[in-house]
Amino acid sequence: MRFGPLVVTFLTGAVLIAIFFIPHHRAQETQSVILEWADIVYTFALVLGSISLWAMHQKKVQQKGEGWIYSVVTLVALLGVTAFGVIQGVEAGTVVGRIYNMVNAPLASTMFSLLAFFIASAAFRAFRARNVEATLLLVTAIVMMVGRVSVGEFVWKGFPPLTEWLLDVPNLAAKRAVAIGIGLGAISTALKIILGIDRSYLGRS
Amino acid sequence: MAAGRNGFWQRILGIDRRWIFLLVGIGTALPLIFPVNLPVAASPRVKAAYNAIEAVPEGSRVLMSLDYEPDIMAELQPMSIAVLRHCFRRHLTPIILTLYPAGPGLIERALAVASTAEGAKNYQDYVFLGYKSGNQAVVLGLGENIKGLFPKDFYGASTDSITLMRHVNSFTDFPLLIDLSGSTIADYYIRIGASRYHRPMILGATAVMATDYYPYLSSRQILGLIGGMKGAAEYERLMGIVGDARRGMDAQSLVHVIVVILVLLGNAALFATGGIKPRIGGGS
Repeated sequence: MRFGPLVVTFLTGAVLIAIFFIPHHRAQETQSVILEWADIVYTFALVLGSISLWAMHQKKVQQKGEGWIYSVVTLVALLGVTAFGVIQGVEAGTVVGRIYNMVNAPLASTMFSLLAFFIASAAFRAFRARNVEATLLLVTAIVMMVGRVSVGEFVWKGFPPLTEWLLDVPNLAAKRAVAIGIGLGAISTALKIILGIDRSYLGRS
Repeated sequence: MAAGRNGFWQRILGIDRRWIFLLVGIGTALPLIFPVNLPVAASPRVKAAYNAIEAVPEGSRVLMSLDYEPDIMAELQPMSIAVLRHCFRRHLTPIILTLYPAGPGLIERALAVASTAEGAKNYQDYVFLGYKSGNQAVVLGLGENIKGLFPKDFYGASTDSITLMRHVNSFTDFPLLIDLSGSTIADYYIRIGASRYHRPMILGATAVMATDYYPYLSSRQILGLIGGMKGAAEYERLMGIVGDARRGMDAQSLVHVIVVILVLLGNAALFATGGIKPRIGGGS
């Protein structure tokens, strides 16, 4: 029962690795097609997700559960945006275009901008020089926060070069180390799966 | 007396977070209402990105992928406008696309601002291909058959019929790739466009993400890097324009100063109330 999936995994993995190193356009087209298969799977997930979202909120509305009115908004939005998008398209000037510009864009920006307030509060409570490591982190954070904005130069001319050094030397070294580590880890994990050493993805026997 | 001082520091430690929110709110709003226009110095990375566009021969087409949605538009939208204006000013023709479903609305807005400012026109000075799903598959496809991926542009015109799309069908037809991205899509462009097809590339990213791409900068896989609103403000300065990024930098500066003061106050309060014992060595 397990032989088939193991062979499929081995062949798919081996072919995709080989294709990556073959510059011929046929190889690239094959890779594109295989990646499109992944896209098709995602599309099914989108349909499944929409059905699940609908079912969950419909149940909440029927049972008049806590915050059911928000579920009504969700259902109307899901149905309305989908219907208008299918009928009219999504270009500027259409209903979906207007909803996007007047509702989605400001809401998404607002949600993200709220982070500034929470980060300020969290920094006040969490950034404490309790030991040497925390002090190093605190000093570096202060140098970066002041040095990376226009006011830094006014405070001290040395702030911008210091932030550049922090980014170009310690940051770069750490990022390279992390990237190499992730790369080696990904290769070893992929090889274990392709060669059938790690079979956990097949589930329990 | 000492008890009074201690009481003050205790109050600082127990400050209601709503006061902090109010301070941050005022710090953001005031500079936007009363701009100071603090000077911005361009970093070598942003200068390199600017110079990469300057080095492209006039009249060339550049591939521009704008991969972001409204959540990070504060950082990347001013960047897009500045880079688009630079391309138009240099008489380069950006062929624009996005791999984010909510991207086209923002791109249309950026194009409206940039083309109005520089007098550029659709199909004469730029082409907007629109959105295509598939992330890595699309980036791979861009190396082989752009017109196959985008048979029509965003406005429904056949790409075969667009004059500016003639002789353009793969990464190799562009002297420069530009990706302004708030996600790992940038990795695909670096891995495929810059590395496999050896195309010169510049990258714009959010401030948080920018540090992830420093290794690619030092390996010359990307020629320049524009990081966050600060990077966009630096780019605007190089362009000699005052856009949303330069206006936003005043607010960002003041909020950073407020956060630094709050952090220093918090530490002073903890020290004064005996929460931090001065000692040498590590440990928690």
